[in-house]
Amino acid sequence: MQEKRYDFEVAVIGAGPAGLAAAIAARRQGAKKVIIIERDTAPGGILQQCIHAGFGLSYFQKELTGPEYAGRFIKQAKEEGVELLLDSMVLNIEEDGTILCSNPGKGLVYVRAGAVVLAMGCRERTRFNLRIPGTRPAGVYTAGAAQRLINRQNEMVGKKVVILGSGDIGMIMARRMTLEGAKVEAVVEIMDYLAGLTRNKVQCLDDFDIPLLLGHTVTRITGEYRVEGVWIAQVDEHRRPDLSTERFIACDTLLLSVGLLPENELTRAAGIRMSAATNGPMINQYMQTSRADIFACGNVVHVNDLADNVSAESELAGRSAARYVLEGFPKRNREIPCTAGSGIRYVCPQMLSVREEEDADCKEDQGDGRKIEGCGTITGDREEIRLYFRVKAPGAKTTLTAWCGGRVIAERTVRRVNPGEMEHIDIHAEILTGAEDTEITVEAREVG
Amino acid sequence: MREQEIICTICPAGCHIQVSGQGQDIKSIEGYSCPRGKEYAENEFLCPVRTLTTTVKVDGAEEPLLAVRTAKPIPKSKLFECMDIIRKERFRVPIEQYQVLIKDLAGTGIDLIACSERKGDPYDI
Ligand SMILES: Cc1cc2nc3c(=O)[nH]c(=O)nc-3n(C[C@H](O)[C@H](O)[C@H](O)COP(=O)(O)OP(=O)(O)OC[C@H]3O[C@@H](n4cnc5c(N)ncnc54)[C@H](O)[C@@H]3O)c2cc1C
Ligand code: SF4
Repeated sequence: MQEKRYDFEVAVIGAGPAGLAAAIAARRQGAKKVIIIERDTAPGGILQQCIHAGFGLSYFQKELTGPEYAGRFIKQAKEEGVELLLDSMVLNIEEDGTILCSNPGKGLVYVRAGAVVLAMGCRERTRFNLRIPGTRPAGVYTAGAAQRLINRQNEMVGKKVVILGSGDIGMIMARRMTLEGAKVEAVVEIMDYLAGLTRNKVQCLDDFDIPLLLGHTVTRITGEYRVEGVWIAQVDEHRRPDLSTERFIACDTLLLSVGLLPENELTRAAGIRMSAATNGPMINQYMQTSRADIFACGNVVHVNDLADNVSAESELAGRSAARYVLEGFPKRNREIPCTAGSGIRYVCPQMLSVREEEDADCKEDQGDGRKIEGCGTITGDREEIRLYFRVKAPGAKTTLTAWCGGRVIAERTVRRVNPGEMEHIDIHAEILTGAEDTEITVEAREVG
Repeated sequence: MREQEIICTICPAGCHIQVSGQGQDIKSIEGYSCPRGKEYAENEFLCPVRTLTTTVKVDGAEEPLLAVRTAKPIPKSKLFECMDIIRKERFRVPIEQYQVLIKDLAGTGIDLIACSERKGDPYDI
């Protein structure tokens, strides 16, 4: 079989909202040859199956469905001359930035790129990840797989349904299955709070009187060929099921909506430093990974609940990748870690890159009090660096604080927090001037 | 008197708003934090509406289904009636984005429109 070789300035892996936004931004930043490599037969990523509305409220100030939201980026990518290689699964990223992928028509394809953007999204946790006991009948699906079957492939998955997990996908599927004529017996959630967005509880469960059972879990699955029912029980404070409360719900289908895992086989194989908290690559404020020529964005970095956030951070990744190829910036320099303080699960970016005093292109204070590139400053892509994070538990009015070397560098009070809704805090790059051997910590404190 | 607690879904703050009234008459409304929330709670109390999103069968395209939605929100009480109508329909390519597929869906005065176009080019959505 003949090998195909192509040369590009920026190559993006994955044509979901993250990859599309990154590729468009790379072109607008001046990169001439930009390609997206996608394993699916159409661009759009997971949004092709997210036919519900709820996208674009912050990015376009307009509520769009998933296909409409993705469609806007697909159109822009086309207009900007981004090339698209579909039906092509990336298998490996070599040390010199060559991407190896396989395509049914072309065979093995090598794409050599000056900078690579990882935008592979995530996959769902399965029954195996949860270790639910019982038989192994047909009728157990992850919610996203069921969503794809129903919304793209015209295959209905069941008639009487129990959903485990109150994440957004689970709730959206509860409504979808109900509208398609199925009966959703319950949505079962092990935590004592909702995992997804409140608006989804209102519009997907309450609207259809679907019971939400908090503090419960599925203890067993029964059925020989097809699911015949599940046993559920309350859990104690350590989230262990209390078997004295076990009861049976007859159903033919169990949907699992129990979390997503960033899809990082390629990242690990490329030897990129990973975060144990997010299961994604560690990145700095330019969305740059520990390998200077590889950038990452979207769900591959951390699981996002809003596609709008994905688009914004992916543009940054695309711009950075183009700048890396065109200007050799950002270089990797000394790094300040950003860590999760009390009440916080993780912070992203995990590190901020600082330019050293000795930098050749260091320019001194310009007299207006603002330092520009170099001089031990952190030079964000914008003046403000946005730290994204998740809290550990829901709370009422909460103060979110970013500390650096014993100083408060940013603070914000929000009316309520929820682990299902990503929070952010903006820090001014200049504040960190001269920050040495220190770290930035984000903390959440409930104030009543 | 009818009393209802409405969770505002306009923004992530998710204010709990208490509304009480009778028929088309609102007596009291409390717990909102901004005018948009107040308006939302009023509408939700008097006539809750939702945008219906679903799929229709399409012939002649690579994929068998096309995402569709109502052009505007429709009364919540009409959701299932609309689904019954939509389920029976079949369409053929080419379909433009935002093309009207069903006019005046279930007498709501609101049309069912295509969320994406369907042609042959794989770069098209
Ligand atoms: C069911 C569901 C409902 C959601 N609802 C909302 C909502 O209402 N509002 C909202 O704002 N957000 C919502 N989100 C979140 C939002 O959709 C995601 O955050 C966003 O789609 C993530 O974009 P992405 O590009 O990172 O990943 P994806 O969209 O998953 O795209 C990743 C792409 O990479 C490709 N890929 C992966 N590995 C390879 C490889 N090795 N080679 C080639 N290609 C590869 C995949 O095929 C895929 O196309 C929802 C998400 C889900 C799953
Ligand atoms: S009332 Fe205003 S602040 Fe409260 S949830 Fe609604 S829109 Fe948001």
